[in-house]
Amino acid sequence: MITTYVIQFTYVAAAALFILSLKWLGHPTTARRGVRVGELGMALAVVGTLLHTEIVSYQWILVGFVLGSAIGLPLAVFMPMTHVPQRTALSHAFGALAAALVGTSEYYLRSGELSTFTMAVLSVEVILGFLTFTGSLMAFGKLQDLVPSRPIVYQGQNAVNLSLLAAAVGCGVYLVRNPGSSALFPVVAGLSLLFGVLLLIPIGGADMPTVIALLNSDAGLSAAAMGFVLDNNLLIVAGALDGSSGFILSVIMCRAMNRSFTNVLFGGFGQVRVAAGGVEQRSARSATAEDAAAILEAASSVIIIPGYGMAVAQAQHKVRELYDALTRRGVDVKFAIHPVAGRMPGHMNVLLAEADIPYDRLVEMEEINPEFPRADVSLVIGANDVTNPAARRDKASPIYGMPILDVDKARTVMVIKRSMSPGFAGIDNELYYMQKTMMLFGDAKHFVGELVKEMTGARLGA
Amino acid sequence: MPSNLEGALFVFLLATFVGFEVIRRVSPLLHTPLMSLTNAISAISLVGSIVITGAEKSQLSVILGTIAVVCSMANVVGGFVITDRMLKMFKKREPRQ
Repeated sequence: MITTYVIQFTYVAAAALFILSLKWLGHPTTARRGVRVGELGMALAVVGTLLHTEIVSYQWILVGFVLGSAIGLPLAVFMPMTHVPQRTALSHAFGALAAALVGTSEYYLRSGELSTFTMAVLSVEVILGFLTFTGSLMAFGKLQDLVPSRPIVYQGQNAVNLSLLAAAVGCGVYLVRNPGSSALFPVVAGLSLLFGVLLLIPIGGADMPTVIALLNSDAGLSAAAMGFVLDNNLLIVAGALDGSSGFILSVIMCRAMNRSFTNVLFGGFGQVRVAAGGVEQRSARSATAEDAAAILEAASSVIIIPGYGMAVAQAQHKVRELYDALTRRGVDVKFAIHPVAGRMPGHMNVLLAEADIPYDRLVEMEEINPEFPRADVSLVIGANDVTNPAARRDKASPIYGMPILDVDKARTVMVIKRSMSPGFAGIDNELYYMQKTMMLFGDAKHFVGELVKEMTGARLGA
Repeated sequence: MPSNLEGALFVFLLATFVGFEVIRRVSPLLHTPLMSLTNAISAISLVGSIVITGAEKSQLSVILGTIAVVCSMANVVGGFVITDRMLKMFKKREPRQ
């Protein structure tokens, strides 16, 4: 009897600590305290659970602890920061699988005695869990380049996907009415697993931030559903927190692309539009590192716009050297961060922080946009569509209406890019053909290195 | 059972609102650590997996439970560690100058 109270107490405390943890995460100065408190909550809840009277043997629990730590720890300690989106996708897969498996085992243990409501949330848990599991694995595969990361679309894709989901939900509903028909349970699981794979096939790389956030939300909701099934309020609270967090993030991501959920999931965006653009031959002005360095040195304010290309080229440390070289000359350097830059929410901030760039130099879109007209140089490193002025004025453009960084308003625009190939949306970027734009062709890491060399070399010579 | 259900729905509703309010205030700067922290927190499903595994009610439940414990534990350990690793990097001023 006492133990039940102790367990309940640890759960209540853990729920409070989790909420505090997220609250403290809100600001960089208190964020690490947030992690400590979250860990404390988790430890309390786990210790409390181990006291549970239903537990007759600790053998397999211990095996699970050891194996899980052996998987989780190296992934967290050795994963390079450029690979954080992959790790995140993988952890959504783990979380969702855990929920789905617990749901499965509960179904087979208690199928006779489940109330209609419990059976309904159990179906939700299992469907969400399994589809998020394979969906996240696919996202991982795409991010890690194990699966082609370009969107794969075919005729009738949406019809296939939607009917699969409808079939899974239909079987789920049937199970709710007739919990005894256990033959149907593997069908529900199988359809959900398949749906997760097919759902991710048409998703392209630049949609990853939204999709990862959405999968995050699903993983959270399946954990909450598990809480309903097991009648455990702590699980409900933690799942609801995770679910709402993923939901908010995906809404932010969608807004930043001026698109809806349905459009992201079923729009097949990002197929290369061969017909669009390319007819008219326009010329871009290319420049050398020497020219660019001279202009950068003479500037009094520079805004750097990092994109996924910077992550791919692992250029963040070179960018920091450039930041140092410019700052030493008294140039004011800021970084403009578009919400969907990179492959997950906040990706660029983590990379630049890893390179030791102070976080007060990283400025969000709404705050930095008014500063572009006053900036001498805007330097684009590996970003494309989020800088395309066509989003502001060209109604025919597929990205029309998407909020962009006002890169074109700076006095001089520099773009470091491998070639003139179009970006993710498959459209030409007007920015590259403007009078004041200098195209700096080359690998981002190499070119930024050249710029730094020019600047420090010139200083040594002087 | 119905009273339990009602209570559970209340808890879910309130937690969702708290979640919205708290998370809306998280600086976009920290959206990546936010995602890994919420991930670690929702790995509290570990609690459910532990009971299912330890209760040893059937062979299936032990197998599925153990896999679930492995998955959740990987998220608990990995999630907190990588979140802290990321947050350690966010510094305000030049450390070297």
